[in-house]
Amino acid sequence: MRATLKRVISLLATLGALAASAQAHAIAWYFREPGSQLARDIDTLHQYVMWLIIIIFVGVFAFMFYACWAHRKSVGHKAAQFHENTTVELLWTVIPAIILIIIAFPATKVVIAQKDTSSPDITVKVTGIQWKWAYDYVKGEGEGISFVSMLTTPREQIEGDAPKGENYLLEVDNELVVPVNKKIRILTTAADVVHSWWVPSFGAKQDAIPGFIRDLWFRPEVTGTFRSQCVELCGKEHGFMPIVVHVVSQDEYSKWVAQKQKEMAAQQDDPSKTWGLDELKARGEKVYAANCVACHQANGKGTPPAFPPLDGSKTATGPKEGHIDTVLNGRPNTAMAAFGKQLNDTDIAAVVTYERNSWSNKAGIVQPAEVKARRK
Amino acid sequence: MAHSASTTPAARQQHYAVPQPMPWPILGSTSLFLMALGAVFVFNSAKGGWVGIAAGFMLLLYMMVRWFGDVIRESEGGKYGRWEDVSFRWGMSFFIFSEVMFFGAFFGALFWVRQYSVPDLGGLESQAYAWPGFSAHWPSAGPGFTEAFSAMGAWGLPAVNTLLLLSSGVTVTFAHWNLIANNRQKLLLWLGATILLGVAFLVCQATEYHHAYTELNLKLSTGAYGSTFFMLTGFHGFHVTVGAIMLTVIWFRCLKGHFKPDHHFAFEGVAWYWHFVDVVWLGLFIFVYWL
Amino acid sequence: MSSVVDSHDHDHAHGGHDHHDHHGGYSGVMRWITTTNHKDIGTMYLWFSFMMFMVGGVMALAIRLELFSPGMQFFNPDQFNQFITMHGLIMVFGAIMPAFVGFANWQIPMMIGAPDMAFARLNNWSFWLLPFAGTLLILSFFTPGGAPGVGWTLYAPLTVQMGIGMDLTIFAVHILGMSSILGSINIITTILNMRAPGMTLMKMPLFCWTWLITAYLLVAAMPVLAGAVTMTLTDRHFGTTFFNAAGGGDPVLYQHIFWFFGHPEVYIIALPAFGVISQVIPAFSRKPLFGYASMVYATSAIAILSFIVWAHHMYTVGMPVTGQLFFMYATTLIAVPTGVKVFNWVATMWKGSLTFETPMLFALGFLFLFTLGGFTGLVLSLVPVDIQLHDTYYVVAHFHYVMVAGALFSAFAGVYFWLPKWTGKMYDEKLGQVHFWLTLIFFNMIFFVQHFLGMAGMPRRIPDYPLMFETWNKISSIGAFGFGLTQLLFLYIVLKCIRSGEPAPQKPWEGADSLEWTHLPTPAPYHSFETQPVVK
Ligand code: HEA
Ligand code: HEA
Ligand code: HEC
Ligand code: CUA
Ligand SMILES: [Cu+2]
Repeated sequence: MRATLKRVISLLATLGALAASAQAHAIAWYFREPGSQLARDIDTLHQYVMWLIIIIFVGVFAFMFYACWAHRKSVGHKAAQFHENTTVELLWTVIPAIILIIIAFPATKVVIAQKDTSSPDITVKVTGIQWKWAYDYVKGEGEGISFVSMLTTPREQIEGDAPKGENYLLEVDNELVVPVNKKIRILTTAADVVHSWWVPSFGAKQDAIPGFIRDLWFRPEVTGTFRSQCVELCGKEHGFMPIVVHVVSQDEYSKWVAQKQKEMAAQQDDPSKTWGLDELKARGEKVYAANCVACHQANGKGTPPAFPPLDGSKTATGPKEGHIDTVLNGRPNTAMAAFGKQLNDTDIAAVVTYERNSWSNKAGIVQPAEVKARRK
Repeated sequence: MAHSASTTPAARQQHYAVPQPMPWPILGSTSLFLMALGAVFVFNSAKGGWVGIAAGFMLLLYMMVRWFGDVIRESEGGKYGRWEDVSFRWGMSFFIFSEVMFFGAFFGALFWVRQYSVPDLGGLESQAYAWPGFSAHWPSAGPGFTEAFSAMGAWGLPAVNTLLLLSSGVTVTFAHWNLIANNRQKLLLWLGATILLGVAFLVCQATEYHHAYTELNLKLSTGAYGSTFFMLTGFHGFHVTVGAIMLTVIWFRCLKGHFKPDHHFAFEGVAWYWHFVDVVWLGLFIFVYWL
Repeated sequence: MSSVVDSHDHDHAHGGHDHHDHHGGYSGVMRWITTTNHKDIGTMYLWFSFMMFMVGGVMALAIRLELFSPGMQFFNPDQFNQFITMHGLIMVFGAIMPAFVGFANWQIPMMIGAPDMAFARLNNWSFWLLPFAGTLLILSFFTPGGAPGVGWTLYAPLTVQMGIGMDLTIFAVHILGMSSILGSINIITTILNMRAPGMTLMKMPLFCWTWLITAYLLVAAMPVLAGAVTMTLTDRHFGTTFFNAAGGGDPVLYQHIFWFFGHPEVYIIALPAFGVISQVIPAFSRKPLFGYASMVYATSAIAILSFIVWAHHMYTVGMPVTGQLFFMYATTLIAVPTGVKVFNWVATMWKGSLTFETPMLFALGFLFLFTLGGFTGLVLSLVPVDIQLHDTYYVVAHFHYVMVAGALFSAFAGVYFWLPKWTGKMYDEKLGQVHFWLTLIFFNMIFFVQHFLGMAGMPRRIPDYPLMFETWNKISSIGAFGFGLTQLLFLYIVLKCIRSGEPAPQKPWEGADSLEWTHLPTPAPYHSFETQPVVK
C-alpha cells in the first residue's frame, strides 16, 4: 500500500519540484523511515486510516460529480422533489459509526503501548530552556552524565551570508547518545516556558512543561543520527532549537559513557579558586556565546526594547551584587531567565566578569566565591 | 398597551418597537477603549493611565445614564408590550448564562489546581526531579512559595455572609410579591432591606480581606490558594456590587412610582441577577471556603 | 416551505417616531454610527470583516514571504511570531466571525419575517465594539516590544514574558468576546421571539437554525476565553500563579481552559458556514434540502459534542491514557453528524436540476474541500497519529482546509448568493466564475502541499526551516500570492456590482424559496417586515 501511495505522491512531487525549480535536495513528503516499533505502528495505523478515508472520499464524491454531470439543468434534467428517506438517513448515520469503531481498535492498542513507560533501561531527563536542551542521565548506564545541547549552525548561514550546510538548523554541539535496542525513557520538563521534545523516527513527542515532569519512551532499532526540532512555540528562537539523537551500539555507548564521565570529572570547578581577569574573561566569553548572545547580541547592544543592551547598562556597570543577582535569579516576568540552576559559580562569575569588562564596560572582576555567597 | 397576552408567533400581528438610532453605543465603545488603554498604561507603569481610566469611566457612566434613561422613558411611555417583554426575558436569561460560564472558568481553575496540579507537583517523580520536599495538600500555595499563611475558615464571616445573601434572596422575593400586590410601601421596604443586606455583605467581605492581608498573610500572590481565593471571591464581590447598584436604581424607580403589577421586567431582571449572584455564592461557600 | 402574505393592518401604539424616516434624524457618518437597522449593521459587519481579511491576509503574505526560502530574509524571528499571532487572531475574530454575524444580521430578520433584530440598539453596540477591539490589536504592533509573539492560542507562560502588546491583546479579546456575547444574545432572542406567525422552528431556513445553535455556543464559550485571558492578565501583573508551577498552578490549566473555548470556537466558525451552504445547494439544485430534520439534529449533535472533545488539541501535554482515549473517542464521533450533513447535501443535489452559478461553485468547492479537511481532522483525532503530527504543518493544512475552504468559501458563496438581494443588482457572473476557479487552484497550491511538510516533520510557527522542506514551501508561497491577488478581483466584482450591476429581479435564483426571495422586493426595503407575513 505504502509503495503505491508513495508512487502517486512522488509523481506529484516531481511535478511540484519542476514547477518550483528547487535545489537538488531530496523531497520529503511522508513520515520518516520508522526507527522503532512505535513509529512503525503509527505509520501502519496512519496508512490504514488514510486508505479508508480515500475510499469513503472517492465514494461520496463519485455521487456528487455524477449528479453534477447527469442531473444538470442544461441537459434538461428535471428536479425530483423527494426530500427525505429514513432508511438511507439511518444507514449513513450507522455505517460511519461502525467504521469509527473499527478504526478505534487499532488506535487504542497503539495509544496504550505508547503510554507504557514502565521498566526502562535508561532514563534521561530533558529540560527545555530558551533555547536549548539540557540532558541529564538520571538512571541506568551513564547515570550522572549531564550536558547542554544547542544549535551549531552558524549565524552567517542563517542570514544568508554563507552557503547552508547539509544539516542546516538540525545540528547541535552535544547530541543525545543512546544505545540501540534499549528502552529509553525520557522525562521532560522545562525551565521557562512550554517546549516540546520530538523525534519523528521514534514516534516520540512530549511537551516539556515548566515545573512538571512528564515522560515518554522509545526503543531505537537502528543505529544512526536522528534529527528534529522543538515543536512548541517557545519564543523568539523556537525555530532554532534542534534535537539530535545519536543511536550507537552497546559497545560504543559504554565507551562514550566512560569518556564523558572522565570529561565531566575534569571539568569540575573549585568555586574557591581565585581567577585572573583575562582567564576569567576568556571563559566568560564562551559562556556568553552559549547562553546570552541570542538576546543581548555579541556586540552587547541587545535588540531594544525587548532585549536591553548590556553595553553601558546600569546593572552591568553598577554594583556587582545587582548584576550577579540578575543572572542568578533572572528578572521575573521577563525573558531574562534565572541562570542559577544551569550555570555553576565559576561560569556565572566568568560571564559577569566578561560583561563588566567588554565593549565599553570597565567595572572590575567578580570571583566565583562572590557568586557563591549570593546564592540563597 | 392593548397587546394580546399570547406570545405565540401566530398572535404577533402587532408592531414590535424597533428603537430609534442613538449615539450611546459608540460612546460605550469609546469608554471601554479608553479604560483598556488606561489600564494598560497603569499596568506597565506608564504615565497618564489613570486619566484614561477616569475619562473612560465617566464616559461609561454618562452613557449608561443616557441609554438607560432612554429605555426607562420608553418603558414608562408604554412602548414595550408583551412581545418586547419576552425579548427582554430571553436576553437577560442568556446574559446570566454567559456570566455563569465566566465564573465556570474560575471554578474550573480551582478544580484543576486542587485535583490535578498540586497533587501532581507533590508526586514521587516531581519530588525527585523538580520540587524536592514538596508534599501535596490543600490549601497550598505551591512548591515555590516559602512564606507561611493560613487559609480562610468557613465558619466565621463567610458563614455570616452566606446568611446575609440568602436572606437577601428572600427579601427581594417579598419585594416582588408586594409589587405584584401593588403594595408600594412594603415593596420599598423589602427592596431597601435587600440593598442593605447586600451592602452588609460587602462590608463583611472587605473586613475579611483586611483580615486575610493583615493577619493570615493571605494575599492575591499567595500561590494557587491565594490566586483562586481572591479571583473567585473578588469577581463575585464585584458582581454583588453591580447587583446592589442595580437594586438601588430600581429602588429609586419604585420610589418614583415606576412599574405596574403586571409590567415590571426591569425589576424582575435585577431580581434574577441577584438570585444568580446568590447561587454563585453558595458554590463559593462550598468549594472555596468549606470543602 | 410555502408561505403566504397575510396583510394585517396594525394600529397599535408604537412609539412616536416615523418609520419611514429611514435614518432617524442622523445623516452622513452619524447615520452609520447610530443606526439600529439590521441591514446597515450587517453591511458594516461585512465591510469590517473584509478589511480585517485584508489585514490578516497581508500578515499571511508576510509569513509566506519569509518562508519562501530557508534562512532569515525579511523579518526577524520576533516579528515573524508577531505575524502568526496576529494573523490567527485577526482572521478568526476579525474576519471570519464578523462575516457570519454580518450574514446573520442581514438575513435572519428577512428569513423569519421579523421587522428587525430583537435588540436593535444592542446590535449597534455589538458591531461598534469591533473596530475598537481591532484597533487595540493593531496598536499592539506599535508598542515597545511589538505585538505578542505567542500564537493565537496565547499559551501561558510565554504570555507572561511578553510586553505591553500582550495587555492590549488581552483587552482586545475581552472586547471581542463582549461583542460576540451581546450579538449572540440578540440572535437567539430574535430567532426565538421574532418569527412570523406560522414560522415554526422546524420551518425556519436552515441558516437560522445553524445560527441559533452557533449563538448558544458563543454564549457558552466566549466567557470562558475571557476568564482565561483574565487569569493571564493577573498572572502577568498581580502576582497570581494560575499558570505557574512554583505557585501550584499549571500551564496546562491554561490550555484546558483555552481549548474548552477553542474547540467550540471552530464550530462557531463552521456552523454558520454550513447554514449558508444549506441555503445555496437547494437553490441551485431546484430541489428542497434533503433531510431537513436530520440536519437540525446533526447540527445540535455537533454543538453538544464540541464541548467534550477539547483536549484533542493537547494529546502531547502528557495526560493519562484514559484521558487520551476518552477525547479520542469523543472526537471521532463528530465525524458522524458531520457526515450526515455532507451526505444530505449530496442527496439534495441528487436528481436535482443543477446549474452552476458562482454561489453554487463556491458551495461545491466548500463541500469537496471541507470534507477533505474534515478527514484530515479525523486523522489528527487518533492519538498516536496526532503525536506524530501535532504542531506540524499538517495541522496548519487541516485547519486552513476547514476554515478557508470551509468558512471562507462559504462566505463567498453567501455574498454572491445574496448580493442581488442586498444591492438590487447582479454581479458579473463571468468574473465571479474566474474568481472561483483561481481561488480554488491557488488555495490548494498553498495548503495541499502543507500536508506533506507536516508529515515530513516541519514544525509550525518557525520562521526558518531545514533544506528538505524548501520545495513545498516555495509552492505554498507562490500559491499564497496568487490567492491574495485573486481576492482583489473579488473586491472589484463587489464594487462593480454595487456601482454598475444590471438590476436584479426579486428572485434571481429559480430554486430559492425563503421569505427574503418570495416576499420582499429587490433590493430589500430598509425595513423588512413591519407587518409580519403569515407562514402557512
Ligand atoms: C472550522 C473549523 C474546524 C473544523 C470544522 C474542524 C473539524 C475537525 N477537527 Fe480541527 N482544528 C481547527 C479547526 C477546525 N477543525 C483548528 C483551527 C485547529 C488548530 C488550532 C491550533 O492549534 O492553532 C484544529 C486542530 C485539530 C486537532 C488538533 C491537532 C493538533 O494540534 O495536534 C484535531 C485533533 O483531533 C482536530 C480534529 C478535528 C475533527 C475530528 C474535526 C471534525 O469535525 C471533522 C468531521 C468531518 C469529517 C470526518 C468529514 C465528513 C464526514 C463524512 C463524509 C462521514 C464519513 C466519515 C467517516 C466515517 C470517517 N482538529
Ligand atoms: C479563518 C481564518 C484564517 C484564514 C482565512 C487564513 C488565511 C491564510 N493563512 Fe492562516 N492561519 C489561521 C487562520 C486563517 N488563515 C490561524 C488560526 C493560524 C494559526 C496561527 C498560530 O499559529 O497561532 C494560521 C496560520 C497560518 C500559517 C502558519 C504559520 C506558522 O505556523 O508559522 C500560514 C503559513 O502558511 C498561514 C497562511 C495563510 C494564507 C496564505 C492565507 C490566505 O488564505 C490569505 C489570503 C488573503 C490575502 C492575501 C489578503 C487579501 C488580499 C490583499 C490584501 C491584496 C494584496 C495581495 C497581494 C499583493 C498578493 N496561516
Ligand atoms: C531569553 C532572552 C535572554 C537571555 C538568553 C539572556 N537575557 Fe539577560 N535580559 C533579558 C531581558 C528581556 C532583560 C531585561 C529584563 C528587565 O526588563 O528587567 C535582560 C536583562 C539582563 C541584565 C540587566 C540589564 C539592565 O540594564 O538592567 C543583565 C545583566 C543580563 N540580562 C545578563 C544576562 C546574562 C549574563 C545572560 C546569559 C547567561 C543573559 N542575560 C541571557 C533577556 C535575556
Ligand atoms: Cu523550544 Cu520551541
Ligand atoms: Cu478542536
